[in-house]
Amino acid sequence: MSETKTYTVSIYTENNVGLLNRISAIFQRRKINIESLNTSISEIEGVSKFTIVINLTEERVKKVIGQLEKQVEVIKAYYHTDEETIFLETCLFKIKSDLLFEERQIQNIIKESSARIVTVNKEFFVLEKAGRRSEIDLLYRELSAFGIMQFTRSGRISVSKEEMKISSMLAEFAE
Amino acid sequence: MDTIQTIKLQDTAVEATQRLTGKEAIIKCLLAEGVDTLYGYPGGAIMPVYDELYKYQDKLHHVLTRHEQGATHAAQGYARVSGRVGVAIATSGPGATNLITGIADAQIDSTPMVCITGQVASHLLGSDAFQETDIIGISTPVTKWNYQITKASEIPEVMAKAFYIAKSGRPGPVLIDITKDAQFEEFDFAYKKCKAVRSYKPVPKLNPDSVKAAADLINNAEKPMIVWGQGVILGGAEEEFKAVIEKSGIPAAWTILGVSAIPTAHPLNVGMVGMHGNYGPNVLTNECDVLIAIGMRFDDRVTGNLETYAKQAKVIHFEIDPAEVNKNVDADVAVLGNSKETLAALLPLLEEKQHTAWHNRFKELYQIEYDKIIKDDITPEKEGLTMGEVLEGINKVSKGEAVIVSDVGQHQMIACRYAKFNKSKSNVTSGGLGTMGFALPAAIGAKMGAPERPVVAIIGDGGYQMTIQELGTIFQTKVPVKIVVLNNDFLGMVRQWQQLFFDRRYASTEMVNPDFVAIAKGYYIEAQRVSKREDLAGAIEEMLAAEGPYFLEVKVEKEDNVFPMIPTGASVSDIRLE
Repeated sequence: MSETKTYTVSIYTENNVGLLNRISAIFQRRKINIESLNTSISEIEGVSKFTIVINLTEERVKKVIGQLEKQVEVIKAYYHTDEETIFLETCLFKIKSDLLFEERQIQNIIKESSARIVTVNKEFFVLEKAGRRSEIDLLYRELSAFGIMQFTRSGRISVSKEEMKISSMLAEFAE
Repeated sequence: MDTIQTIKLQDTAVEATQRLTGKEAIIKCLLAEGVDTLYGYPGGAIMPVYDELYKYQDKLHHVLTRHEQGATHAAQGYARVSGRVGVAIATSGPGATNLITGIADAQIDSTPMVCITGQVASHLLGSDAFQETDIIGISTPVTKWNYQITKASEIPEVMAKAFYIAKSGRPGPVLIDITKDAQFEEFDFAYKKCKAVRSYKPVPKLNPDSVKAAADLINNAEKPMIVWGQGVILGGAEEEFKAVIEKSGIPAAWTILGVSAIPTAHPLNVGMVGMHGNYGPNVLTNECDVLIAIGMRFDDRVTGNLETYAKQAKVIHFEIDPAEVNKNVDADVAVLGNSKETLAALLPLLEEKQHTAWHNRFKELYQIEYDKIIKDDITPEKEGLTMGEVLEGINKVSKGEAVIVSDVGQHQMIACRYAKFNKSKSNVTSGGLGTMGFALPAAIGAKMGAPERPVVAIIGDGGYQMTIQELGTIFQTKVPVKIVVLNNDFLGMVRQWQQLFFDRRYASTEMVNPDFVAIAKGYYIEAQRVSKREDLAGAIEEMLAAEGPYFLEVKVEKEDNVFPMIPTGASVSDIRLE
């Protein structure tokens, strides 16, 4: 049995209603927990991209990729280890504005974490931080001590170091 | 005549634009796809389409089944014998959900089917309207593709895509849900057949290197064995397959859905693999040096315990669906593509061989199985009737020309083990899903899909009562199917497992059955019951000679078991003969 690892699955698809359901059903049926999921446009016009993070053995990831590619509206699916991708998550903290002025340490935390202040008003300010999960977790721990009014973290987004040959595949189809 | 016209329509590809309503457009699409028969049940949300079916009844034969599940199985039976796309139609809500079992069955058995469901008007979607259900969400995991049409203008393209996807590559079911307002809406209709979908590659490109690698392994094998599945039939590769086995001299065994691709009497046919398959091919799976899988997917009922399955053999997998390769059994060589092309490419590379000594191993093991099991199954000396002798009796009269439609359970295993076939597409059964209730409606579709052939449904007393209402469809359409119920007053296969693995605790498997002959007669179907051996042959002859539909109940031994048997979790070579 090979070991469980974190894999980023990138799925290039047509942009159709219901496809999210079809894709998530493939994971659900095999009782695979989706750690994070992001949908966006891709580098190709009219082609969507799902970025899904799962913890699985490589053997099982390969089978899941096969099932994903089998779907009529999936153009191509890839899987990568963390080492093979550039990836990050982004998050937003909503914090009481008073703290920004009263607690000196908060300013240091913001500076050291390279977080960015998105907006400030009388009641609250919003802090945005993009980076690895561990960096976001650290910032979360540090800010919790002062009280967080709201927190949201996005799913992982990633680009692969190797080429994902979608454009050439689509060009081949057009011929 | 209609067929010729529709072929012309297909060839012209684009029909001139016409102003049509959505409901009429649906009918035009069906005709353009060459559909002549569809199975269904009307209801509120699909009524506009039914109104058009009324107008087009000279061109489209709509068969009113007695339950929507029956419509799907009938469409499956039609598709399996004809190789064409089966079509089922139903209303929204319960009509649509009743299709699900048949859709799931078609998905796992790779049967091309298009299901059309009515849906509440688009402004009511998500409002919990009367008979509204999220059939797209419900059917997603069991369809090859599905789509909800909310505008009439989508109809031609979506319908063309539906038929293309259902039929191409590895076939499967497609569901198209059409809102009621889209059925009434007018638009400019023009039909163009779908020839490609950019995100969908139905047939992988043939790689000549993989064919060469496969041929090298086969040519150097001392004890090669073929296991073929439905992929040979679905690919229309019967001739290529026959040529391959005849040239290479390789013993060939079949999965339950693969049988009839070559005549059962073919000397290279060594029988069925799997849980209740033949002794030889199961045992020798673990002795062969090269295992050549063709159009099959290594289902767990075929492989038994994967940890001990053909570990000594090099495995070659001929397969159209890349997701099947290395899914259950790792392949040393995978040859991707349509079986018709891959086998044709393989043939010239094969050396002519006989493998006589190896064949003799199969013969030896067959003899053991014959003496221990087959003899008593088909020519019993005990008093009670066996399922095997009924099948043997049918073989004698049908001479292998009949389509055999079986349900699920003991009778199914017996039917598949003993039925003789001369022609391809002759065995219709629910293999992957194991749907009790499949056979009666599937036989209706099979007879309509192959009207020139005798169609015999072999059903147990349990499964028969799951879709017994389809006797009404048989009565109304006069479709001359022959129905054989092998009645042991038990859910026989479950009872067998209870006997073998649950210390004979027969929990809810004994059936108190009605008078089946009286029920058939209630539908004005000719019927008789046989419980004595001396009456059996005559009854079978009478049934097959009857012009119309016929019902034959055979009271068989109550507690017979099906052997050989690979218990769950055991190795194929640990198959039990008793």
